[in-house]
Amino acid sequence: MTGADVLLLALGAVAVGSGVLVVTTRHLVRAGLYLVVCLGALAGDYLVLTAELVAWVQVLIYVGAVVVLLLFAVMLTRAPIGASDDLDRPGWPAALIGGGAGLGLAALLVDAYRWTAVALPEAGTAERIGGEIFRSWVLPFEVLSVLLLSALVGAVILSRPDIGRPGAGPSSAARPDPAGRSTEAAR
Amino acid sequence: MRPVIPYVTAALLFGLGAYGVLRRRNAVLVLMAVELMLNAVNLILVTADTTVRAALPHSGQVFALFVIVLAAAEVGVGLAIVLQLYRLRASVAVDEVPLTEPPAGAPVAVGTAAADRPEASTTGHPGAPGGEAR
Amino acid sequence: MNGPTLLGVLLPAVPLVAGLLGLLLPPSPRGPAGGRDAGEQRARRAAIALGVTGAAGALALAVALLATLDRPVEASTTWVDLGGLRVTLGVRLDGAAALVAVAVGAVALAVQVYSIGYLKRGPHDDVDVDHRYPPYAAQISLFTAAMLLVVVAGDLLLLLVGWEVMGICSYLLIAHDRRLPEAPAAAMKAFLVTRVGDVGFLLGIALLGVSAGSFRIADVLAHDHSTGTLTAACLLLLAGVAGKSAQFPLHTWLPDAMAGPTPISALIHAATMVAAGVYAVTRLYPLFEAAPVALTVLGVLASITLLLGALAATAQDDIKRVLAWSTVSQIGYMTGALAVGAPGAALFHLLTHAAFKALLFLAAGAVIHAVGTTLMSRMGGLRRGMPVTFWCTVVGLGALAGLPPLAGFWSKDGVLAAAQAAALDGEGPTPAWVGWLVWLAGLAGVAVTAWYATRLLLRTFLGTTRVPLAHPHDPPGTLRWPVVLLAVPAALLGFAGFAGAFADRLQPTPPATPDHPSNLLPAEPLVHLAPSVVLPLVLLLLGAGSAWIRWRRDPAADPAAALGPLRPVFAAAFRLDDVQHALVVRPARALAATVRAGDERVVDGAVEGSGRAASGLGGGLAALHRAALPRAAAGVLAGALLIGLAAALIGGTS
Repeated sequence: MTGADVLLLALGAVAVGSGVLVVTTRHLVRAGLYLVVCLGALAGDYLVLTAELVAWVQVLIYVGAVVVLLLFAVMLTRAPIGASDDLDRPGWPAALIGGGAGLGLAALLVDAYRWTAVALPEAGTAERIGGEIFRSWVLPFEVLSVLLLSALVGAVILSRPDIGRPGAGPSSAARPDPAGRSTEAAR
Repeated sequence: MRPVIPYVTAALLFGLGAYGVLRRRNAVLVLMAVELMLNAVNLILVTADTTVRAALPHSGQVFALFVIVLAAAEVGVGLAIVLQLYRLRASVAVDEVPLTEPPAGAPVAVGTAAADRPEASTTGHPGAPGGEAR
Repeated sequence: MNGPTLLGVLLPAVPLVAGLLGLLLPPSPRGPAGGRDAGEQRARRAAIALGVTGAAGALALAVALLATLDRPVEASTTWVDLGGLRVTLGVRLDGAAALVAVAVGAVALAVQVYSIGYLKRGPHDDVDVDHRYPPYAAQISLFTAAMLLVVVAGDLLLLLVGWEVMGICSYLLIAHDRRLPEAPAAAMKAFLVTRVGDVGFLLGIALLGVSAGSFRIADVLAHDHSTGTLTAACLLLLAGVAGKSAQFPLHTWLPDAMAGPTPISALIHAATMVAAGVYAVTRLYPLFEAAPVALTVLGVLASITLLLGALAATAQDDIKRVLAWSTVSQIGYMTGALAVGAPGAALFHLLTHAAFKALLFLAAGAVIHAVGTTLMSRMGGLRRGMPVTFWCTVVGLGALAGLPPLAGFWSKDGVLAAAQAAALDGEGPTPAWVGWLVWLAGLAGVAVTAWYATRLLLRTFLGTTRVPLAHPHDPPGTLRWPVVLLAVPAALLGFAGFAGAFADRLQPTPPATPDHPSNLLPAEPLVHLAPSVVLPLVLLLLGAGSAWIRWRRDPAADPAAALGPLRPVFAAAFRLDDVQHALVVRPARALAATVRAGDERVVDGAVEGSGRAASGLGGGLAALHRAALPRAAAGVLAGALLIGLAAALIGGTS
């Protein structure tokens, strides 16, 4: 058992523990914060696994952007600060499926790898990964860029209900709208 | 390095994500659980990059990057939908979204319903607490 | 096409054309009230002209045919050749056909003329004018055409066509008076009961045609059929004959058919429909002669019918029903004559019966017209008011009862003599006991007939007036003259039996061929003046006298009261209607109800159930698909888990 294994175990324990808290906590905001911990622990995992670039991207995009977005959403939907009682539904099918999936996958993987050890490959630095992407995976990269663009446009359209609706001119945006008003009040 | 450790971590995280998706009622929390699942997949991809010797080096890490980009896009669109849902129904509970075709004049569905029908958007869902009540 | 053939072809064609043209006339013209009356009058006049012209033309053609026909004529062209079966369009004319055609034409003409006056005010003295005269007259013309087609047809299928057209015309005409509640039911009953027989008739014809390879009557007669085929075919034909000629057990429609207008009763009873059965048997008599079993059955049925009809006639109060049952009884005489091997006597009686029964019905129509009811219990003492009708009725009833020297005496005596010969000497194609049966039944029938004829006369025309009616009067000319003119043959037609030419014509003589010699009747006289004539005369006097004595004792009472407890039984005709109802109608209705229920519940249920099940299943599946996000996600994830599990297990084992 090497130091890397110890690190992996510790980080994995942190990730799983904070993941458990993410899906069980009754505080919306705390769920987002536990997610940060979980994602950060995963980023540490990536580092141990010599995936440097992935680790930094994980920190930048997930911890820096996605979680912030999620926290914004929590606020925009006027989530209560304290504990909420109506966050969950009856849990046995979820437990069954989630536990089945997690433990089943774990069993499969444990059965596949046992306690074997592998040598770590050379580190996935930005240079190497960039070279791979722009040498072997350039087409998926471009497709992903288009996907991002379309997601951007879609998000804009979704959040602007006065766009693309027949008969809706610029004036319709100024009409009284209780829901819209409440959103604005929340801001 | 024992790859079974990150593998099991990823499997358990995936299970937790699935559990969260099914258990949570709040749309934002559902999205968080989805993030957990995606990260579990990412961890598997990165770990597999160390155990599986592919013809192209570091394919797993490249895939993980792609998935991160996808997750970003997904969160962007998903949150837009959640906000729109909240604007229409003053609630983000996913199991209260009506699925049948509403009668004429009522809002149709998430994202396509009209904000220019204020009377329907407030009275069409008596179970939802009003925005000002919270 | 020589003269007689042309006449034979034209004979049914003329009333047919008149009837088809008449059907084109508007039954009740539309328009403003004034123009409507005028239009209706115009249509009515046209209908009268067409009907009378058609009937008169048919009568003229029939008389011409009778005059020109010196020997049997047969002419046909092939119509359809169905493999081994040949269907021809042809006429087969002999003396009997010509005579029956004359009778049909004469009765039809009388009925057409009579209807002009009778339907003017509608039956039962209704003030309402009958608005449906044109179709009525056209249907009579069609009826006449159909009967004439039966008379002259040289092909069995052609005969069947006329036979069926008569069925539908009788249905239409019996139901003519829509104001009578019982008329539609009676029409339906007549149609259905005769249909039952017609099925047998059709099967018999098919059997004969297939056996002979041709439907031409001459071919069928000439063909050497096997005994089994012949017996079966003749029995099947008898079913049709029993239906059309109202023989037991298919006689029940005839009394109910009195719901039709009285002229129609005269037409159906006298010359057309009921005569068709007897006539069809004489047409095919050589076949029946070779099938004694069928003739035996016919003889038994005839005896039953004869007595049944006569006894049922004794207790009726409705004057038309008395006459209807007497028709049943008289047809029994005819079929009895056929059964004992005397088709000539049968045809003779058919002709005289046509004359006196038409006379009786038309006279009864005049009485009904004057009194406004058909019930004898509300008549009486009409002799003073309507002498012409009275004397005509006397002639008709005398002929019916067989009072010499009226027509019915001679023809009935011919029947009885033939039966006597069959009984005592064993002559005729059937066993002697059939002869005995027919003879005894005929003799008993004479007495009963005399009794009810006397009762009819006494109750209607003599005695005191039971209903204070101001002026019972003889009917107007259109009603009177047909009655008066029909009284002449009713009185005198019997003497024609003495004329050799007449008797010869009545013997149905198919052209004899060397290999198939005519083994028909020896040239026996139609009229017998043997000592045995005394017997029916004595019975006649007995019957009439007993009724008379009864009436003398108490002119106000109904002589039928003498029947005592039997009276309701006779009035209900031995409850055969009820028997029929219980044995046929109720099971058929129950079966229909069962089938209908089965159709509604099982078949419809299956169809609708499958539809409902499909839409229910679809609704269920749709509801399943319309899952909210959590359930859908759970489903997706559970499915993925299951697939993964299966893959792991299968992949792990393999």
